[in-house]
Parts: sequence; structure tokens; C-alpha cells
Amino acid sequence: MAENKHDLIDQKLQDLNNDGVDRRGFLKCMAWAGTGLVWTMSGGIPVSRAFAKGNGKDAGKGADFSFVQISDSHIGFSKPANPDVTATLQTAINKINAMPHTPDFIIHTGDLSQLSKPSEFDTLDQVLKAASPKQIFFVPGEHDMLTDNGDQYLQRYGKGTKGTGWSSFDHKGVHFVGLVNVANLKAGGMGSLGHEQLEWLEEDLKGRSTSTPIVLFAHIPLWTIYPDWGWGTDDSEQALSYVKRFGSVTVLNGHIHQIMQKVEGKVSFHTAMSTAFPQPAPGSAPSAGPMKVPADQLQRVLGITDVNYLVSGRSLAVVDSPLGDTGASASGNAGEALAVVDSVRS
Amino acid sequence: MWVAGVAMPVLIGMLLLFAVSPSVKANDQPSAANAAVKIDNFVFGPQTITVPVGATVTWTNADDIPHTSVSTDGVFKSKVLDTDEKFSYTFTKAGTYPYYCTIHPKMTGKVVVQ
Repeated sequence: MAENKHDLIDQKLQDLNNDGVDRRGFLKCMAWAGTGLVWTMSGGIPVSRAFAKGNGKDAGKGADFSFVQISDSHIGFSKPANPDVTATLQTAINKINAMPHTPDFIIHTGDLSQLSKPSEFDTLDQVLKAASPKQIFFVPGEHDMLTDNGDQYLQRYGKGTKGTGWSSFDHKGVHFVGLVNVANLKAGGMGSLGHEQLEWLEEDLKGRSTSTPIVLFAHIPLWTIYPDWGWGTDDSEQALSYVKRFGSVTVLNGHIHQIMQKVEGKVSFHTAMSTAFPQPAPGSAPSAGPMKVPADQLQRVLGITDVNYLVSGRSLAVVDSPLGDTGASASGNAGEALAVVDSVRS
Repeated sequence: MWVAGVAMPVLIGMLLLFAVSPSVKANDQPSAANAAVKIDNFVFGPQTITVPVGATVTWTNADDIPHTSVSTDGVFKSKVLDTDEKFSYTFTKAGTYPYYCTIHPKMTGKVVVQ
């Protein structure tokens, strides 16, 4: 197991761009969530440190912290791919509640509901009520804007947001930006941010120190994964140009119901699993959409994403976990994925 | 249970009924007044459909994911169609009507009315 991870590190290191000129560096993080031990590679030298999570009230600005991303709950969906999406969402919440350290908050990257029905949003709220992290941030998916241009979604989840539901907030030194790329979609196009939101984003980021870690989250991927299936955002290049100057940018998306990752310069892109149903890999099926897997496999292709922020390196480690354990490991937590993350070096 | 006295008028009545009801296909040719578009696998099939003026096009969603059928020029707009739900629109003017699915905008289609 350790050998596999080492090979992966070597391979990824070879893939890395060498910035050289500025002081930013690449980090590779592995986190054994059970033990809370985090390995980082810095300048080619592995360094381990205990994940010093500040808990609740003691956690000041300088403490490490974590949050969880869930996505694509599709409450209301009921077909062979998953006849009970409410139950699998419940499993995801139970998993979050069982974590050794309570995440500071949850981010839901959209497609909360299947058909934007009030009853679906009600059910979602019921399940989320039981989550230990009491603060939940949302961005809508296209399924949440179906009946009324998203008015209902905004009423329920859009407090403090602008336009179709975008907003930003700061948490312990990290700047979070929730973007909406599922409104006013044009025929033949993919996701779209729109002029007004892009102007707002540019303004929002202006004047922030480049050492501020940035987290962008939106439903549809902000990089082009597979245009034929609409897996991308037509005007994301402009948005990404605004974050180019920052030392650490993490982009969290959903929509495609599978994990995809990419690192480009100082920007790490990551899509999450759904808590409802998986979708096929790009081009591997006639179309996107719900993919049926054998019942005993379902829990392995659904999951949550735990994001750990490490103050010392100002880096974020993104770790995916399936809902169901795929096998025993020393820490009792299995199926975590390796992620390459960006960090700001001071 | 035909009684001779009523058979003839009833028969004539039935013939008249066939003549005025547009939804009854009384001959071998498919009715030019209706056309169907099947939505499946994120595709409108056929992608381009040609119909005469006055025809009604019915979209049926056979996919396991909801879709919509919305004209890019504001001419028609379906509600969200879940699996097996339908939407119909009668085209009273000749022209070309591009449309798309507002949920999955890569899905596009065209109705040509002539």
C-alpha cells in the first residue's frame, strides 16, 4: 500500500510544473483520516506532521481546519440507479458525523433536488438538520432551477447571496467563493457564469493578498472535462484569470458524479462523487446520466470529500471517501484518494 | 345488433365522424397532422423534424433524467418533463424553430414547418 502511494508520488512529481522563479511550491498530501497524520512533500523531501485541528471554540485564525463537500444529492430521484437517494444522503451525513473531528462546515455543490420540488427541498433539509456541522453553504445545480428560475432555491438557500446565488466568505484566513454556472444556459453551450457574476468576482478578489488561499466552488466543472456532454463552463477562463495571481487556488465542483482532478499551475481542480448515483466516465457510454451498478457496489461509487486546511503550508488536502468501506486498513478508514494540492510558501 | 332501419343512418354518421376527426387515422398513410420527437440518451430524435403548417409535435421523454423542450426564440416552452412525460405544440406558422433543453443545453433540435 505504501509502495503504491510512493510510486504515485514519484509519478506526480514528474508531472509537476516547476515554477522556479516565484516561491510557490507544489505539495502532495496524503492524509490517513483515522490517524490524522498528514504527509507533505516539500522541495522533494517528505515531511510528516500531526494534523493539529483546533476544535470548536479554541480554534483561532491560526488553526488548521477542515470542511466537507457533498454534492448532487438529487433528492426526489427514484430509479434503478438508486431507488433511495435520501437513504444514501443520510449515510453520507452519518459518515460526516462519525469523523474524529467535526468539520467546520459543509459545502453542497448543487443538484440538491431532482426536480426543484418543495417536498424535495424539505426532505433535504430534514436530513441535513442532523449533520454535526451546523453551517452549510450551497450553490445550485441545474436541477434546482427547474420551475421558477431558481426563486425557490434562492428563498431557501440564497441568504446573503447575489444574483442567481453567488457569494463569498472568509474562514480562518481562507477566502471562499461560491459561483453559479447553471443559470441562463444558452442553446448548444455548457455551463455559464455570465457577465454580471464575472464582474462581481473580479471586484471581490481585488486587493486581496496573493498569499490568501482561495477556494472556488460551483456546480458544473470550471474546467473542460468533456464538451460533448456539457461538462465544462464556457466562460470559466475569465474567472480563472482573476485567481491566477494567487498562491493557492482550489476549485471544487460536482455535476459529473465522479472524481476527476487536475492541477494547472497553482490551481487544483477537483470534482466530487454524488451521494445519489454515479455517472459513466466521459465517452464510455452513449450519454451521461444515471449509471446502474450492482447493488453491493453502490456505496463505493457514492461519497463525500473531506478538505483539510493546513495552516503551516497554507495548503488544502482534498480527500475523497466512498460511503461504503472498500476494505480494512490500519486506521479503519478505506478508499481515500490521493490528491495533489497547491500551497503557498512564505 | 344492427336493426335495418338504423344501420344506414348510423353508418353515414360514422363516416362523417371519421371525416371530421383529425386524430383518427382512417387510411394507411401516417397522419401529417402529428409528429413525434423522442427524447432519449440526452438526444432529441429526430434532431430535425419537418412538418406541415398546422401540425402538432409531441415530445416524449424516454430518458431516465428530466429534460425540457424550449424554443430559442421564445415560441414555445415545455415544463420540466420527467420520464414518460409529454409536451405538445401546434405550429400554425411556417418557419424554422430551433430549440434546446434548458437543463442540458448541449441538447439541441429543430422543427421545420413548411
